[in-house]
Amino acid sequence: MTERIPDGLREMLAQATGAGHLPWRTLLKPGDWLLLVCAAAVVAASYPLLWRGGVADRAIVKRDGQLVTELALNVARKYEVTGAIGTTVIEVQPGRARVLSDPGPRQYCVQQGWLTRANAVAICAPNHVTLQLSGRGGKNTSYDTLNY
Amino acid sequence: MTPSTIELPVSADDYRIARYAAAAIALTVAEAALPSPLPGIKPGLANIIVLVVLVRYGWRDAAWVSLLRVVAGSLVIGQFLAPGFFLALAGAVCSLGVLALAQHLPPRLFGPVSISVLAAFAHIGGQIALARIWLVPHDGVFYLLPLFATAALLFGIINGLVAARLLAIPVAIPVAAAPAENPAP
Repeated sequence: MTERIPDGLREMLAQATGAGHLPWRTLLKPGDWLLLVCAAAVVAASYPLLWRGGVADRAIVKRDGQLVTELALNVARKYEVTGAIGTTVIEVQPGRARVLSDPGPRQYCVQQGWLTRANAVAICAPNHVTLQLSGRGGKNTSYDTLNY
Repeated sequence: MTPSTIELPVSADDYRIARYAAAAIALTVAEAALPSPLPGIKPGLANIIVLVVLVRYGWRDAAWVSLLRVVAGSLVIGQFLAPGFFLALAGAVCSLGVLALAQHLPPRLFGPVSISVLAAFAHIGGQIALARIWLVPHDGVFYLLPLFATAALLFGIINGLVAARLLAIPVAIPVAAAPAENPAP
């Protein structure tokens, strides 16, 4: 089968794959290595830089649209808000927050579970209480809310 | 009623550029058949040809080959004037801009791999800038930047190595790549 290949092409293939050819690493010069290391560092740095936007660091609790409190998401604690029909209990743990209990009849905001991402929101409408997470710098203010 | 014949003079440059552009277009078409995990992540094999042409014949020829590749390649795969065509064009123009600067890197220290990686980043940069301005006018596109940059680095290295190896093969027809005869291993 190899006889079918034209001479020029066979020569090229032999040279491209051929024995005794230079190993790949000899094709890299010192500056190439330097540039590759720098480029890899920039690429690696771009992940935390561009992907941390979704990390929440504060929980904002509101009643009737008015700010009640802001809780930092770095220590575990519980917080009680008295709303229109009773008391809503907010639970905060490092990096996340949830509505632990609520007097509302359908418990939607409780069943939503843990909120972890910036701008995620749990709304306890009967009690007029909302829990919203906020990211650093308030950079994502273009969203009203995110839900999943 | 004499049939008028228009003779377009064809120079050796034209033949050479056409030959390399044909190779680049063939690689573009072959690559279009490869599945991609994410739209926009492609090996960019045609850039190997652009790199070889840049090192052998200079920036002007590389620009011809690159732009012919974008236009004719998109015609062949049916993408001409589709969004993908403009993204490819933006990437090609940006990477040609970077190639114009990168070709002046001292050749003693920097080989084709450096040039390839820089051009790959420029390619991604041009594409994402156009996508942000025109196709997806929202900062959300930058969310994909780390993935694109990783792909650019990876394929930039691979394409650069292939180009470096091709450049190490002495050319038969013109006398351009003289000193690259296998140095003793």
